[in-house]
Amino acid sequence: MTIASAASVERALRRPATAAALALDPVPAGLLDDESRAWLHDLRAQGPVRDAAVERLHALLLRAARFEVSRRRPGLPHLRGDEFGDIALEAADDALMSVLARLDDFRGASRFSTWVYKFALLEAAVKLRKRAWQGREIPLEQESWDLLSSAGLAPADAAEQSELLAALQDGIAALTPHQRRILIALAINGVPIDVLADRLNTNRGALYKTLHDARRNLRTYLTKRGLDPLVSFEENH
Amino acid sequence: MQSPDFKHMLGRLLGPAKAEIGCDECFEQLDRYVDLQVAGQDADAALPGLRTHLHGCPACREDYESLRALVSAQP
Repeated sequence: MTIASAASVERALRRPATAAALALDPVPAGLLDDESRAWLHDLRAQGPVRDAAVERLHALLLRAARFEVSRRRPGLPHLRGDEFGDIALEAADDALMSVLARLDDFRGASRFSTWVYKFALLEAAVKLRKRAWQGREIPLEQESWDLLSSAGLAPADAAEQSELLAALQDGIAALTPHQRRILIALAINGVPIDVLADRLNTNRGALYKTLHDARRNLRTYLTKRGLDPLVSFEENH
Repeated sequence: MQSPDFKHMLGRLLGPAKAEIGCDECFEQLDRYVDLQVAGQDADAALPGLRTHLHGCPACREDYESLRALVSAQP
C-alpha cells in the first residue's frame, strides 16, 4: 500500500458510522462462512493483527483491480502500459477506503471476498471508462438517424420501419429536454453512465432513473400511436 | 421485419419491458447474485429485477460480467 493510501484509509476510518450501520446489529457469527468471519475479526482487531489484515485486503483488491484492467486493456490501445498499473493501484486504494468505511454494511449475503471484489472492479471500471472518454465531447443530441436506414429491407418492411422510426423521433421530441438528452447520450450515443454522471455532476442512480422514466414515456407514446413497443432489449439479445 | 441495427437501437431506446431495480440496488445485491449463480442456485428467483436491470444498463452489466468472471476464476 502507498503512504498516501494508508493516510486516506485512516481518514476513512475516522469517519462517523453511517446511519444505516448504526441501525444494524453486527451480523450474527453463525451466518458467516469461516473465511468471512476471519476477515471481519481481523479487520476489527487492533494493532498488528488489523494492520496485517488491511495489507492482505489491499492485496486482494489490487488483484481484482488488475483483473479488471487486464480485461479492458484491449479496448484502450491509446493508454500506456504504466498507466494501467497506476489505474489498478488507484482503484485498489479507493476500494480499500470504501470497504473499510462500509465494513458494518457487510451482512454475509455473499462471501466476504466476493463483496470486496465488487468495490475494486467498480473503481477500476469507472476509472477506465473515464480515461477512455477523457477529452472527448459528450454528445447529448442526436445529429443524424442515417445509420438506421432501411436499406436491404423488403418494401413493406421498410415502410413499417420508417413509420416506427418517425414515431420514435416524435416520441423522443415529446420527452422533457432533460430526459431527451439523457436518453440520447446513453441509449443512442453510447456514453457510459458513470462518465455522463461525472460530466453532469450527478450520480449513476439518478441518471438511470431519468433513463427509465424516458423509456417508459417513450413506450407509452408508441402505444398511444397504436404501435407495438413490446420489442425489448431482452428479446433482441 | 426490421434491420438488425434498427432492432438494436430500439432495444437500447426502449429498454427492458419487465420491472427492474436501479443501479444502486444492483450494486448492493451483485455479490450475492454472483455467488448464488456460481453455486448453481436460482439467483433470479432470489433477487428479482436484477437480471432485467443488467439488460437495460450496460455499465452494470459490465460490472456483473467482471465479478462473475473473477469469482469463477477463484479456486
